[in-house]
Amino acid sequence: MSKILEIKNLTKKFKDFTAVKKVSFDVDEGGFFSILGPSGCGKTTLLRMISGFIKESHGEIFIRGESMNGIPPEHRPVNIVFQSLALFPMMNVRENVAFGLKRQKLKKAEVDDRVADMLARVSLQGFEKKKVTELSGGQRQRVAIARSLVMKPSILLLDEPLGALDRKLREHMKIELKLLQKELGTTFIYITHDQSEALVMSDKVAVMNKGRFEQIDTPRNLYKNPKTAFVAGFVGESNRLELKDRDGDFITTKNGWRLEKQGLDFNPEVLYVRPEAFILAPTEDLTGINRFNVKIKTVLFDGSNTKVSAIESTSGAVILISLPQNAKFENLKEGDTVEVGINYDNLKCY
Amino acid sequence: MMENKKGFNITFYLLILPVLLWLIVLIVLPHIYLLISSFQGETDSGASFFTLEHYETFFKNKIYWLTFVNTAAYAIGITVLAFIVTFPVAFYLTKVISKKYASFLALLLLIPLWVGELVTVYGWMIILGDHGVINEFLIYIGLIDKPIEMLYTNFSMTIGLLYVSMLFMVVPIMSTLESLDDSLIEAASDLGASKWTIFTKIIIPYSMPGITSGGIIVFMLVIGDYVAPDILGGKSSLWFTEQIYNEFLSTLDWGQGAAFGFLLLMISSSIIWIALKLSGQKLERVGS
Repeated sequence: MSKILEIKNLTKKFKDFTAVKKVSFDVDEGGFFSILGPSGCGKTTLLRMISGFIKESHGEIFIRGESMNGIPPEHRPVNIVFQSLALFPMMNVRENVAFGLKRQKLKKAEVDDRVADMLARVSLQGFEKKKVTELSGGQRQRVAIARSLVMKPSILLLDEPLGALDRKLREHMKIELKLLQKELGTTFIYITHDQSEALVMSDKVAVMNKGRFEQIDTPRNLYKNPKTAFVAGFVGESNRLELKDRDGDFITTKNGWRLEKQGLDFNPEVLYVRPEAFILAPTEDLTGINRFNVKIKTVLFDGSNTKVSAIESTSGAVILISLPQNAKFENLKEGDTVEVGINYDNLKCY
Repeated sequence: MMENKKGFNITFYLLILPVLLWLIVLIVLPHIYLLISSFQGETDSGASFFTLEHYETFFKNKIYWLTFVNTAAYAIGITVLAFIVTFPVAFYLTKVISKKYASFLALLLLIPLWVGELVTVYGWMIILGDHGVINEFLIYIGLIDKPIEMLYTNFSMTIGLLYVSMLFMVVPIMSTLESLDDSLIEAASDLGASKWTIFTKIIIPYSMPGITSGGIIVFMLVIGDYVAPDILGGKSSLWFTEQIYNEFLSTLDWGQGAAFGFLLLMISSSIIWIALKLSGQKLERVGS
């Protein structure tokens, strides 16, 4: 697959603060690439450098092999969907979507065709004459996306566009955006601090922290094999346990819980374990696992996402364990003692 | 609950009383009196009768309605000039520099208001006079050898009127521009709009309510102003308010003065109404 965007050593320094530090990455043509990070990690600065609104301090940006350095935003083959959507309030839906095409001095018939076609794709037929202030949140969202996509950009940049929507609508728009991207084949670069948005929609996710990329990977790999402690803690839910020392194939947590972990060649400081990695009541023949007993402290019922908070019997460490999706442990209650297993591979040490 | 409601009513009336008094005593009653006297003639014996003579005078004498046309044309011109001069200032103060300096600079803009119109107008006399700052400077650097006549011309009158009314254009425009989200400008530029297009298609339409309300205030202030045209204007620049002044205080024909006053009110309101219709603005939106 060809690379549509290549970023090399991109750096942005503000007065006494470096927002983006030597970031390099490629994006495949037609991909859905997300940049995930907490607020203030530099992801918006990075996006604004790609779109051309701020000038990079160092580094290079190539789109389809062409250097973008020094090219103003209006001449870059990228379009952006703003966090605030930035719809033009004095124009109706049609005028908003046609704005960019009119600037290209296209024939009126072509503008009309492309606008009508794009409005149909985002299911907004019949809304042409509506004022943007009369639309619902989800509809405004779709106008903003249509307004950018009608320009047929090489890359569509999205700056947390779902942030302002309520939860239900956000879940819905997530799926709709993903489908729209698949259908159009346009490359999307999506910026978010919401890990679920990034994991659900993306082909690849870059996790950003303090101006650097911690890991660029597929959502599955990011979740299964986080490369750094930050990624393990930021993406998905994890039990975090600080470690005291290691002897050979064994590690010990600060509160004295000794676990077997093979293949370590360094002294880790911290251990992350996913709640769903624990095996409740493992069968006798399972090997390559640590076995220990826990006492249930509380059951945190949340439908299919139910967990228990439990105390490990030897150390008193408190851990969260997901309940499997079957009726077997439905009656687990406070005070019960259960045997739990954990695979060596699922102990993530950093 | 009844008591509560009653209490609310009393407070409500107490609050509205000053407004009503103001409107009735200072605005409605004098206007009714003027309206009546504009239709009143006086016989030799001093008895009054109904007449349209005062209004006929306005339309029959070229000097009167030509003065009015001249005044209205200048007022429109000065309103447009005020917009051209102040829009960049308003844009600079709201969008370009940081908030910290902006409020200080906006305060500076208000200074001419503190000293009053008369003093600012005399200030312009010092600047524009034959031995004023500009002429003395130009003679000093040798660009000219005798003073350019600037004072007591339409030019000096325009400058004076522009200066005293400008501020009333800046403030409403600034308040609309303040609510303009910067990302609208970025979005337009992202969609390929040039700076000129962004200005004409995004910034101007967005600030139209502010421009309109500023325009109305400036137009009304200028067309009804007396001090600047009287002091800075030349003999050729007759302002309509000066006609009204003459009728009331020189010829002591109050009926005629009242009729002129009413004509000024009616015609200038009509001009604003037509301007609103032409620009597609609504008065209700302008207020916000």
